Amino acid sequence: MKNLLEHMGIEPDRLHFSWISSAESTKFVSVVREITAKVKALGPNERFVKKEAKVA
Amino acid sequence: MSTYTENIQQIAQRLLKECRVEMVIGFRKGSMPLMNEPCVITQPEAVNQLVWDSNCGINLTHYLTNRKEKIGIVAKGCDSRNIVTHITENKIQREQLVIIGVPCLGMIDRRKINAMVEGDIQSVSETDDAVTVATRNGEQTFAKMDVLQQNCAVCVHRNPVIHDEMVADPVPEQNGVDQYADVAAIEAMTPDARWRFFDELLAPCIRCYACRNACPLCYCPTCFVDESKPQWVGKSQDPMDVRTFHFLRAYHCAGRCTDCGACERACPVGINMRLLTKKLNKDCLDLYGWEAGLSPDARPALDVYKANDPEDFIK
Ligand code: SF4
Ligand code: SF4
Repeated sequence: MKNLLEHMGIEPDRLHFSWISSAESTKFVSVVREITAKVKALGPNERFVKKEAKVA
Repeated sequence: MSTYTENIQQIAQRLLKECRVEMVIGFRKGSMPLMNEPCVITQPEAVNQLVWDSNCGINLTHYLTNRKEKIGIVAKGCDSRNIVTHITENKIQREQLVIIGVPCLGMIDRRKINAMVEGDIQSVSETDDAVTVATRNGEQTFAKMDVLQQNCAVCVHRNPVIHDEMVADPVPEQNGVDQYADVAAIEAMTPDARWRFFDELLAPCIRCYACRNACPLCYCPTCFVDESKPQWVGKSQDPMDVRTFHFLRAYHCAGRCTDCGACERACPVGINMRLLTKKLNKDCLDLYGWEAGLSPDARPALDVYKANDPEDFIK
């Protein structure tokens, strides 16, 4: 799914997957830190966003 | 290929006479040149309607979904792979079918021909490697190679993967074709360029859903695009709704699509939405060594777990 979204032009750093056990608190913190940094670097998402409903 | 029609008729007649099947699904001449239409034959006397030429691009597997009868079905390479997928997905039982295999030399892309001739096409004739079309202004002949559907030009499974009867000896498979050159070209673009590419590709889409309707994989009683409670995807012409529809349609075909080309063929505005399904086919091949519908005994890529499945996308 990530591959197809990126194929359509979603930035590779926009979507992240992780598997974290409830016991892995340090991993959770570091993954969230990493994701936030990457997404912040990309700026606000403009893609797959509906601007406003078009009225026919 | 000239003997195909005759052989299909003979086989169909025999199957019907011996009551081995209740119906034979095949093609008959369409009312327009370059467009043959599916037909169901139930009487041995009616088999002379059946034809075969390079205008049989529709995927007949579509007509098998949930049928209870014994059915004879004419199947080229890609169709046979979709039949396998139908069997795997329990949409038809192998025992119900007599598969009449057609070794395929590719189907003609009527849009390519239409773009090259002036005036309405009145009739079409073909030999093994050439197609001649007649218009009011005279005749024009094309090398068949130049007017093939793109998926046929790069097809590596032209012979049926399962069959009970064959209308001819197998044809040589194409070696050394670069099946995924078009997808690789998109992969090589920057994300921005890819975004714009699909914006332009999908801009003419009128959401008629012909691509979905033509696809043998799309057999759900209610498609996600038609549901309103919950509404999975916006129903408007907004580019984001259109893109979401195409993204989800393609994903529903992941690991199942045989690149038969029926979807692209059906599109009234000529969108090549196969660039999405093909990406998934390519990923399935690269990541899992999987090609859809090659054997009824194999479980699909998205249906099995292997300890060595790639998981680089998970942090
Ligand atoms: S998605 Fe298109 S190419 Fe793939 S199986 Fe369906 S109709 Fe054929
Ligand atoms: S067939 Fe073509 S126009 Fe119709 S929904 Fe599919 S891509 Fe859009």
